[in-house]
This record gives sequence, structure tokens and C-alpha cells, in this order.
Amino acid sequence: MSALWRWIVAAIVLLLGRGRRPPPIERERIVPAGEPSPRAELLVLALFGATAACSIAFVVVYAVESIPHQTQFLGLSLGLAFAFLAAALIVIAERLVATEELEEDYPVPAHPAEQETLEQLVEESGDRMTRKRLLLLGGGAAGAALGAALVTPALSLGPAFEIAPFFRTPWRRGVRLVDERGRPIHADDVLEETFYTAYPEGADREELGSPLVVVRLRPADLHLPAGRGGWAPHGIVAYSKICTHAGCAVALYRKPTFPGVEPRPALVCPCHYSTFDPARGAKVLFGPAGRPLPQLPLLVGPDGELRAAGNFSGPVGPAWWGVRNRRPS
Amino acid sequence: MIRRTVRFLDERSGAAPFLRKALRYVFPDHWSFLLGEVALYAFIVLVGTGIYLTLFFDPSTATTYYDGQYQPLHGSEMTQAYRSVVDISFKVKAGLLIRQTHHWAADVFVVAIVLHLLRIFFTGAFRKPRDLTYYIGLSMLGLALLEGYLGYSLADDLLSGMGLAIGYSVLMSVPIVGANLAELIWGGPFPGTHAFWSRMYVAHVFLFPMLIATLLGAHLALVAARHHTQFRGRRKTERKVVGVPTFPGQTPRSLGLMSAVTAVLFLLGGLVQINPIWLWGPYHVGSGTNGAQPDWYLGWLIGALRLVPGFDLTIGNYTLVPNPFWGGALFPLVVFGVLFTFPALERRFTGDHAFHNLLDRPRDAPWRTAIGAALFTWIAFVFLAGSADRVFVTFFVSYGWQILFFRIAIWVVPLAVLVVTRRVCLELQGSDRVEHERELAEEEARRAASLEPVR
Repeated sequence: MSALWRWIVAAIVLLLGRGRRPPPIERERIVPAGEPSPRAELLVLALFGATAACSIAFVVVYAVESIPHQTQFLGLSLGLAFAFLAAALIVIAERLVATEELEEDYPVPAHPAEQETLEQLVEESGDRMTRKRLLLLGGGAAGAALGAALVTPALSLGPAFEIAPFFRTPWRRGVRLVDERGRPIHADDVLEETFYTAYPEGADREELGSPLVVVRLRPADLHLPAGRGGWAPHGIVAYSKICTHAGCAVALYRKPTFPGVEPRPALVCPCHYSTFDPARGAKVLFGPAGRPLPQLPLLVGPDGELRAAGNFSGPVGPAWWGVRNRRPS
Repeated sequence: MIRRTVRFLDERSGAAPFLRKALRYVFPDHWSFLLGEVALYAFIVLVGTGIYLTLFFDPSTATTYYDGQYQPLHGSEMTQAYRSVVDISFKVKAGLLIRQTHHWAADVFVVAIVLHLLRIFFTGAFRKPRDLTYYIGLSMLGLALLEGYLGYSLADDLLSGMGLAIGYSVLMSVPIVGANLAELIWGGPFPGTHAFWSRMYVAHVFLFPMLIATLLGAHLALVAARHHTQFRGRRKTERKVVGVPTFPGQTPRSLGLMSAVTAVLFLLGGLVQINPIWLWGPYHVGSGTNGAQPDWYLGWLIGALRLVPGFDLTIGNYTLVPNPFWGGALFPLVVFGVLFTFPALERRFTGDHAFHNLLDRPRDAPWRTAIGAALFTWIAFVFLAGSADRVFVTFFVSYGWQILFFRIAIWVVPLAVLVVTRRVCLELQGSDRVEHERELAEEEARRAASLEPVR
């Protein structure tokens, strides 16, 4: 037993004494000497302790399922661990390491001799070439061709020159309007002073040509553009729900709760507040949109359900070079 | 121990002379020099938390119906991408902490870069020989904005989907080739093919971070090669830099700052909710929500998009400039264009082609300060215009009147700021001169007094 004890004592002494070196050799210091600061050391030790405690707390919170507000306590413990570490390091910086102010020369601004050598080196290396300009031109052409060749596969990313998809919509004469759950929308279901989102039955809803915004207005208030007679049975109008400015869904309906102040009902896009007049073919009342919302002609089917009477009055979605060129297909 | 480590390193790398110099590299001391460091540490936190998130995120647009533990979304149709972010928030332990910390770190990253840029601009630190460093920094700012946009777009929540629709529309609005570019990137018209999500993902977790990291390396290498700038002061001249050495002085400070930045980010990530995507819900082309606001660093672009009057520039049947181009593309291009060309323009107009290691105080260069103040006021007012809808909801100030106000203010206020700032700079210079003359006079008086014969 006592033998074991002696071994332990010896090991401790060895461990503690390991770092002790013989008294330092006399040499000129690089870092200036400073006064020791036992209180700062104590503070740093305490801060290190706090760091460790918070880190352990993090592990405990992570491990113990029943602790509520996991995210908050995890963030608090980890954040505080780093905060205590930061404090410890700052105390070390301010109190425990030498505070010295050094002077150093800025690097020389330029090396004219070396520059000249470099220039000479490059110039002389090309001495054997007599038609430098031509060679340079040839090299440039080869490089450009090779660069173009290497970039070409990028065209596989998408159908870069097909513009037909931008005009395509799923709406055809006779396609039924359905709601988010696929139930047909009946003319009688559509009330005034609110708006409905409709989709083409059986088509992909996640394409720009699909979603509609449907509102009912008093037929007397309707002033649709010429040639759209009969597009709004019972005063029900349908427009593409995709804003012609930046492609967001026109998801706000301003109904005239305060007549006189807000002159007329309006469809509003929540992204940049383009405002459209549903009574006048969704012409732009306010905001950055450059085109009205395309209107979808409607008809009422035999069971009173709403159906498309054709395709939109214009291409759907944000503007681009050819957007005013063709009608949707 | 120390000796053994040093010997090991030196005998293998031969780096001892370099390390000796690096450890005694001099850092001039001014609080504003820490801003760039804050950006660096935010970037480190971003990489760390980002790697964690990639282990759980699924960049797939496959449709799924939510059946997880967040009841309000039960049965909702959504993409795998959105689903996996909801799961990171609710199912992965510590997932929400890391996700929110990542998001906060992105916001702080850009704040730090912008403040750093302001410091560099207004003190003339971008002048030769550091203009290249400045260009690299600006490029990193541009990349950081795009990287942040890609990051929050990946979640495929309702807000980010609207943001993507806007990004798509801005790309479409590029004159003549916009639609082709958008088709290439999205793989077809919006919302694009499945491949688009993998493209965004690889761009966000690999391409952009690698680009930023590479430029960061070049940025720091150039800073070290030319050494830090410093404000004029005792012993601080164009030829001599005065400050604290890397080791031991600067090291604990920098590590302390890194820990402090990390601490703040984790505290924010744990205690302050950010981008609760489960409240926004999944994105569908036909859905939208009011109060749509992007992360702060894109606020200037949404403001610009909202301020432009409603028109498309057309030639016959062709739409030469669709509306989103002005605010979404041209405006940031102009801002970055001015920032990129400023060093060359300043050299041209002042004829100052000299090397500069000493910083100007803003008043020392009235034109630069005035132009910079006007430029940033311009951006700030466009930014404010982006919050007009929130101001309307909160304070009932008519949205239309606000937009009208801003349409005028963004041109008038910067001009006023330009004139006033220049005047203030000149006045401050004047008062400096008075002060300097007074000191000289006092000095002379003292000398005269000491010379006066004692009676």
C-alpha cells in the first residue's frame, strides 16, 4: 500500500515538475518583461471555469429530453460559453501579455530594378519570334474558340432558345375552374367583395399559367376593354394571378370599405404593390407593373360551374423581350 | 515543448524566418479596424453551421405531404426541400439553433462587410497600393449578397418562393437575352425543373463559398503584403507603421473578438427567432402573403423595385426594358459600378497617383466624403422606401403618398447631403487650421516668455 502511495506521489511530482526548466540563460529579451498579475490570472481561471460550465450545460440540455425550450437553453449555454471565453481572452490580452508598441517599416512601394528585369526577361524570351502580333492574334483566336467550346455544354442547362414555353398555358375553352382542393367552382359560389383562387382542372398548378384570381363585380360597374363582351358572366371576372411585374401571386383584394377614400376595388400584389382594376380589364392603377393582368374569358356550364371560354387575353407572367409579340397558346 | 514544436515545424517546412516575421507583424490599433475581422469570423461561423445544415437538408422538389410533429402544417402539400427545413427546425436536436445561428450569421456577415466598406471608403483606405484589395472586397460583398439570397431561397417557404419569382423576373427583364438566361438557369419557365434546386444547392454550399473563401485568402494576403493603413499620429508616418505585434499582443484580442462574435451569433440563434418558415408555409406559384420583406441586405432592391413607376420600355411589339430591370438590375449595377470605379475616378480628378499608407479623416477629402455620403444616402432612402408598406400598416401613413415622397426624396436628399457634407468638411478643416495656429502662437508665446530676461 505504502509502495503504491509513494509511486503516486512520485508521479504527481514528476507531472507537476515536468515543465520546470533550469533557470533561463541570460539573453536579450524580445518581448518586454511585465509585472505578474495574480488577480488577473485568477479572473482568467474563473472565466475558463465558467466557459467549461456553460459547455457542460450545453451537453446536458442536449442530452436531457425533458428540459423545455431546448433551442433557447442550447443557444444560451453555447453563447455564454463563447462569451466567457471571449472575456478570458480579452483579460489575457489586456493584463497578462506584454503590451508593446512596435514600429515597422512599410514595405517598399515598388522594386524598379526587379520590374525592369522582369520586363527584360519577358521581352528577350520572345526574341526568336518574328511575327509576334500575328502569333498573338492566332493564340487569342485559338483561346477564344477553345473557351467557346468549353462553355457550350452550359447550354444543356435549359432550352435557351425556345420561347414557346413562355406563351403556353393550360387553359382551353371548356376547362373547368377548380379550387385548391380540386373542387369545381360554381358561379353561385362566387360572392362579391372577396376573391377566389382557381386552377385549371387536371393540370399542373405549379406553373405560371395556371392560377387565376376570380372576383364578382356588379355588372353595371364593369367597363372591360372592347372585344371582351361576354367574358364576365354574372359580373364574374377571372385574371391570371401572376403579377405582370415580378411574378408574385396577386394575393390581396382591396374592396371598397371606404368609398370615396378608396375609389374602387383593386387587385394588389403584395411584393411591390402593383394595383390592378378588375372592373377595367385589370389595367394598372398604381405601382410598377407595366402590363395589365391577362384576362381569362369565362362561361357558365350546364351545371352552373365556371369554365374557361378560351385562353388568356395576353401572355402570363413577368415581361421580357418578346412578351408583347404573341398571344398565349 | 515549445522548442520541440518549433524545431519540428522548421525542419519540415523551413518556415521559421517567415513565422518570426509573421508573429511580429504590426497591427495599428483603431477600433474601426475590427469590422473586417467581424466579417471574417461571421464567415467562419457560417461555414461551420452551414456544414451541419447540409447533413440534414434535402435539395429536392419532390412533392410530399407533411405528417410531422408541427400540427398546423399537417396534410400540407410541400416539397422535400421545405419539409427537410421544417424537420431541421423541429425534429433535429439543436437543428433550429444551428439554422437560426446560420441565418443570423449571414445577416451579421453582410452588416460587418458594409460597415467595413464604409470605413474603407471614408478614410481613403482604397487608394494605391490597396485598390486591388478594395476591388476584391467589393466582389466579396456582391457574392455575399447573392449567397445569402440563394441560402434563404433554398428553404422553399412561401416568402423565399416569392423572392425567387422576383429574382426570375429581374433576370427575365435583362434586355433582349433575359428570357434565354432565365430559361438556362431555371431549366425552363418559372418555377423551373427539378434540376434547378440542385443548381441552387451546389451554388450555395460549394461554388459561392469557395469563391468567397478564395477571394478572402487573396484579400488577406494583399493586406499583409502591403501592411495595414493607419491614422496619422505620433511616429505614425507614410514610412513607418506603429502598433501591436501579432504575437503576443494581437492574438488574444483577435481570438477574443472571434469568441465574442460567435457568442453573439449563438445567443441570437438561440434566443431571437428569425425566419420561422413554418409560419410562412410552403410556396406555391399561386400563393402569396402580405408583408413580404426579404433579409435586410436585399431591402434596397425591393425598395428600388417598388419605387419605379409602372411602365415597360417598348419598341413596337418588342419590350426593350421590362420594368424590374431598373430597380432590380440597373440600380445595384450603378451602385457597384460607382464603388468599383471610384478609386480610378478619384485618381483622375485629384491627380493624386501617390502611394498612401496614412488614412484620411473624412474631412481631409471633402469631395470624396460628400460623394460617399450622397451615394449611401441614396441607397439608404431607397432602402427606406422598401419599408413603406410596414410604415403604412404600423402608422397608417398612406402608402401612395410615401412612394411619391420617396420618388422625389431619393434624388433631392442625396444632393442636399452632398452640398451640406462638403460644407461641413470645409468648416471642420477651417477649425482645424484655427486650432493649429492657436497652438503655434501659444508655443511661440511660451518660447518668448522663457527667453525674456529675468528682472
